[in-house]
Order: sequence, then structure tokens, then C-alpha cells
Amino acid sequence: MDESRRKAGPPPAAAGSRPATRPVPYRGGGFRPRRVGWVGPLVFAGLIALAEWGTRSGWIGALTLPRPSDVAATLWQMALSGRLWAHLAPSLARLGVGAALGVAAGVSVGLAIGLFTYVRAGLVPLVAALFPIPKIALLPLFVIWFGIDEASKYALIAFGTFTPTVVATYGAVDNVDRTLIRMGQSFGLSWGSIVRKIVIPGAMPGILSGLRISLAIAVILLVAAEMLGAEFGIGAFILEAGSLYDLEQLFAGVAILSLLGVAISFFIGLAERRLLHWRA
Amino acid sequence: MHLSLREVSHSYGATRVLEGISLEVPAGGILCIVGPSGCGKSTLLRLIGGLERPTAGDIVQVGTPPPGCLNPLTYVFQDFALLPWRSAQGNIRLVLEDHGLSRRRTREIIDDVLARTRLSEYRDVLPRNLSGGMKQRVAIARALAVNPAVMLMDEPLSALDAQTRELLMEDLVALWLRAPFTAVYVTHNLAEAVRLGHRVAVLSRRPGRLRELVSIDKPLEQRTRTDPDLAGIERHLWEIMRQQAEEADQELLDG
Repeated sequence: MDESRRKAGPPPAAAGSRPATRPVPYRGGGFRPRRVGWVGPLVFAGLIALAEWGTRSGWIGALTLPRPSDVAATLWQMALSGRLWAHLAPSLARLGVGAALGVAAGVSVGLAIGLFTYVRAGLVPLVAALFPIPKIALLPLFVIWFGIDEASKYALIAFGTFTPTVVATYGAVDNVDRTLIRMGQSFGLSWGSIVRKIVIPGAMPGILSGLRISLAIAVILLVAAEMLGAEFGIGAFILEAGSLYDLEQLFAGVAILSLLGVAISFFIGLAERRLLHWRA
Repeated sequence: MHLSLREVSHSYGATRVLEGISLEVPAGGILCIVGPSGCGKSTLLRLIGGLERPTAGDIVQVGTPPPGCLNPLTYVFQDFALLPWRSAQGNIRLVLEDHGLSRRRTREIIDDVLARTRLSEYRDVLPRNLSGGMKQRVAIARALAVNPAVMLMDEPLSALDAQTRELLMEDLVALWLRAPFTAVYVTHNLAEAVRLGHRVAVLSRRPGRLRELVSIDKPLEQRTRTDPDLAGIERHLWEIMRQQAEEADQELLDG
């Protein structure tokens, strides 16, 4: 093999009568990630196995990292006793309501910015001013405005998802192919038809990729809000476990959040495949 | 219904694009507009269809559109302008949806135009899975669906390869012979102009003025790729264009 390659290599200066040949090197390919289903789970499994092995063999101390099997056992007990559900249900409700409000408002405002000159002129600087504010800093204000109960948590999550959704949506509207809009106008389509049938579907790829970021922010804010004032919820649960230095419970809570993130990513992927099947 | 252009001029800022164009678009014929690149022929088409407003002059519709006409002035675009998320029939349905037609009538129209453009088998195929020629046929079917009084065709074959262009030209001739339509056909390809045009308007370089209006009397069905009469007309058009194109080229070099 090595021998033959050497023979087929570039010609030495004093080559024989026959010109040397070699295959044209392949330079294409790449830059086109494919969907491979098994790699993701394998990475998770590998990391968990490493932690399990490390904690069992002793080179990871018991205070550094809890044993994954203990965390799993804790989760299982929580599920059996109903404590898991007691914490998960309010969290999911807060996430659902808050994110739905924020995304709905964000897409509407983003569309308006994308479509109307004066809305754009008026709101783009405002959104730029709101975007970098750490929303969690406003929680005390929201507590005063909306009360200590659920409403302030909804408002915080909604506000946190609102700004990234606005930015993603109007960027996506800006990127809709103008020739398609001209086409719609040339066929006498109504304004509403152009928006519903051309602008929104055309902006959907950008809106959905913005949603990935918005919903991750929603989870972060959910936990933050629950840490600051809630009896039940994943955030409250993690805070309580942390203050007791119960690492198994702490990691059980973190694992739930990770699973939540994976689930959100999965559902957005599903929505992309359903709504954007027309893309190559 | 026919269209009449009176002393139409257009400028973008300080740049004069079109100057004093007076032209009739008679019903039932194809008017080709040719000219060197950048002479404003596509701009003229956008003005005719009302996608832009002329700086000066009038463009008027004379008479009323025929009955059953849903969109009197209808474009066929160079880059097809199909919605990638709708199938062939979905793209045609798009332009019918706003007219409150019954479901049966919509279906009849779609079946008819797909059959006329030989696309019946491809009704549920998305644009990305269609060849360039088929995409343009879908766009032509979409234009036919609204039963236009005047078709405004902006270099409809320029994005296609030579063979596809030849085939589609034959399709257009067949469509016209079956049901004569009025069209303004903008192109930079003189062979297309002499094959499809009943009249050919030659524009000068920028600012575009009407240099010459050539009538071609030979019926469309008798025109072939190698016709000596057409070759003569094409040569004549090229002589005019050549001079204009050379001057335009020089102008660009001079800045």
C-alpha cells in the first residue's frame, strides 16, 4: 500500500518515458452537517458513565460530584413520592404561560417593526435599550406591579422571551425575498394575504431559530424567578437542596432542567421539520 | 382592452432612465422590447404594470378588461417568483384565493392551466424539485390562471439554458396560437424577439428612447429557428443595437 502510493506519487525530476499519474485530490465536501440521531445520546451516556466511574473509583471526591446513579435514585424516589410532580407542574405552567405571552407579543411586535416604517423607527431603539437589561434585576419591580404570586413570574418570563423574539422576527421579515412580495402585489393580492401567505411563511425559518434562544432564556428566567420567591418549582427545589448541601437533590434538579432544555430543542426541531419541509 | 403609453419618462434621482416613450400595445399581439443592457427596458415594464410610477407621462388602459379577467396586468418574472413552500398548484391557487371563487371553479381553472402548460402530473411537486423550465411553466400557468388582459413578461427565458429556452419558446407560441393573448415581452435576446414578437420596439442606450419599431408580419406558427427572413430582421435589429451597445459600453468605461 505504502509502496504503491510512493510509485504513484509526483514524478521525480528524472522520470521515465511514461508520465506519472495520480488521482486528482478531493477537495469538496464538508460545511453541510447531517442529522445523525445516535451521537447526541452517546455523548450524554459517555459523560455520565465517566462521572459514575470516577466517583466509584474515588478520583472524583464525593463532595465534588454526586454519583450519577444516586442522582437517578433520588429522581426516582421523587417521582414515586409525587414530589417531582409537585415541583415540576408549577414550573411547566409558569414556563408555558410566560413564554407563550412573550413569544406571541414578540412575534407581533417584530412583524410590525418589519412591516411599518414608523413602528420600526420608534421601536427598534427601544428594543435595543431593553435587550441588554438583565431581566432578573426587574423582578422586584414586577413583584410590586403584579404581586408576589404567579403573575410576576409570568411577566418576568414573558419580558425575557419578548426582546430576543422581536429581534429575530424583524430580522427574519427583512430577509423575506422582496421579489415574492412584488409578485404578490402584481397579482393584486390584498395586504393581509401578502402578510399571511408570503411574509410570515418566508420569515418562519428565522422566527423558529430565534425561538430556540428565547425559550432557553425562558428556562433560565424561570429558575431565577423561582429562586427568589416560590414554595414549589424546580428553582425553589434547587435552592433548597443547595442551601442544605444535598448534592444529589441539587443535581436531580439540574438534570430536570437539562431534560427540559432537550425537550424544548426536540419540539422546535419537530416544528422546523413540519413547517419548513419545503427547504432543501 | 389595450394599453397606450404617452411620452413616458422616468428618472432615479438625477439619473434619467427613460425619455419620452410613446407606444401602443395593441390587443391580441406580442410586443417585444429590446435594447442594450441598462437601457431601462425592465423599468419600462414595471411602469406599464403599475409596480412603479413614471416621473412624467401617462400610461392608460383603453377599454375594459375582458369578462372573467381577474388581474388585467399580469407579470411573468425572470426568476419565476414562485413561493418555495407551495406546490405547483398551491402557487396557482395563491393568485385565485383573494377572488372569492367557488372551490369547484378554482379547481377547474387550476386543472385547465396545468393542462395547457403540460404540468398536470406535477401539480403537487414543490418548486425545489422542478427543473428551471418547469418552474417557469408553473409561473406562466399562474399568469394564465387570472386570465390577464395583458401579460407582462420580463426576460422570462433568461434564467434558462439554451435548450430549455427553445422548448419553452415553442410552448409560448403554442399557447398563443391556441388562445391569442396580449403581451409585452422584454428581452435582450434578439432571436426570442423575432420568433415571438408581432412588433419589436428597439430602445436606445440610457436614457432609453424609442429608436425603432419593427413589425414582423410572418405568422408565429411559420417562424422557425433558421428562417432567412427572420435572420434578416434579426441582423437589422442587431445593427441598431450594436451601435447603441458599443456606445453604452464606452460610456461605462469613461465613467
